[in-house]
Amino acid sequence: MQTFFQTLFTGLSDGAVYGSLALALVLIYKATEVINFAQGEMAMFTTYIAWALMDHGAAWKWWAFFATLAIAFLGGAAIQQTLIRPLERASVLTAVMATIALLVILNGLAGWIWSPQLQFFPSPFPTSSWDVGGVHIAKQDVGTFGIVMACVLVLWLFFRFTKLGLAMRAGALNPAAARLMGVRTSWLLALGWGFAAALGAVSGMMVAPTIFLTPNMMQAVLIYAFAAAVLGGLESPVGAVAGGLALGVLLNMLGQYVHPVTTELRLPVALAILLVVLLIKPAGLFGRVVVRRV
Amino acid sequence: MGSYPLMAALLELSDVSARYGQVAALHGVTLTVNEGEVVSLLGANGAGKTTTLRAVSGTVRRSGSVVLNGKRLGRVTPESVARAGVAHVPEGRGIFAELTVWENLRMGGYMLRRPDFQSALAYFPWLQERRNQQAGTLSGGEQQMLALARAFLARPRLLMLDEPSLGLAPLVTREVFRVISDLNEKEGLAVLVVEQNAAVALGVAHRGYVLETGSIVLEGTADELRTNDAVRSAYLGY
Repeated sequence: MQTFFQTLFTGLSDGAVYGSLALALVLIYKATEVINFAQGEMAMFTTYIAWALMDHGAAWKWWAFFATLAIAFLGGAAIQQTLIRPLERASVLTAVMATIALLVILNGLAGWIWSPQLQFFPSPFPTSSWDVGGVHIAKQDVGTFGIVMACVLVLWLFFRFTKLGLAMRAGALNPAAARLMGVRTSWLLALGWGFAAALGAVSGMMVAPTIFLTPNMMQAVLIYAFAAAVLGGLESPVGAVAGGLALGVLLNMLGQYVHPVTTELRLPVALAILLVVLLIKPAGLFGRVVVRRV
Repeated sequence: MGSYPLMAALLELSDVSARYGQVAALHGVTLTVNEGEVVSLLGANGAGKTTTLRAVSGTVRRSGSVVLNGKRLGRVTPESVARAGVAHVPEGRGIFAELTVWENLRMGGYMLRRPDFQSALAYFPWLQERRNQQAGTLSGGEQQMLALARAFLARPRLLMLDEPSLGLAPLVTREVFRVISDLNEKEGLAVLVVEQNAAVALGVAHRGYVLETGSIVLEGTADELRTNDAVRSAYLGY
């Protein structure tokens, strides 16, 4: 039973990281129908910026964390305005290709600037753990989960309760109608990319202490995020986070209790889940049926 | 009702043309909507009624000049036209089906710092009780009313309506036009309304234009159009 709970907490912590990156994918997909393949590399790149701000990973600094979020936000908005906006009139596939180009560019650029070798990335949390009735709960896991969920909550409050958040939802549902109400949709899309980039930066900074910082570190995480987003239904922000948590827990449980599923098999299992969901329930677990009357 | 020589022109289209790709939809349309006036745009399917509204709101590329309140609408994006004071209820009403009634109304007041929900809802009291309902689950007539309320919340100078009667039962249509007439009379709101249902439209309009294959072929007061033989046989059916 102790093992079960320890595995559960590690799973939730992993899952929070997958979920936040999945949510970033969903934010952009809902607004533009573009799958942003560069989401992982954007997260990696901003994590390097955090690393540079923290004196090359000497020690965790909270100001650097928030500065990185701001830089990521501005960077994401800038990418939308310079790279994605000119492709508005082209097909969605063109924009998707542009994000793949961006993936390769950012990956190469990071290796060129910071060298491709492994770097240590500091954690804001101690390596110790709490002992709750014999169950060892790592502070690292709780902290990661808490920070990611706090970011998700802030984002949810923004979309739910602010005028700008409402306009972004309306613009995603029916851009033409939103523009007729005076909504400058192009700027709201930049805002959406900014939020997605900042959320990605959170996932990057949270995962880097456990897997080390390299230009390729987010590639596996992005695959998990894709699986989580598809599991949640691609259109559903709640589904993306829930999908991420479910995937994190599932992968850790499989690793713990089903011995053939070793670390090497984690990624194939995640992809198998993605395929199975696509085959059985293409709308995902949280895919909504929209009620409409003419 | 006669003409209104003393009234100031609110919207003036001169020689406006528009095309969809290679297909021309409007050929040099010239029309005027005066302050406080209801003008109806009649015509068959494909005559260019919808395109005329879209040429004003910037949702189709156009040539020619559109002047609103003495100012030429130069850079035409839908959001800039909306901010200049034109509320366009498009074909299909443009309701955000997945949002609640209240969220739709809040979107109507998006451009205003403090939208006046109270006075707008006075014309649509029932919306108050339905505020938390998903807008897509309203009936067609209710959705049309919501679209009207939402457009009015932006406090526009000019309200443009595209086929408000489309798909509605006659009784509901009458109710929708009663509200349109109310907004015009009590708030002085100028309305440009596109309709296939000429009888209903001419009932509330002061003046009207008849479009045929992208050109205006007839204009006059509502009374003149109602008694015009060509209009009677083509659009009123008697």
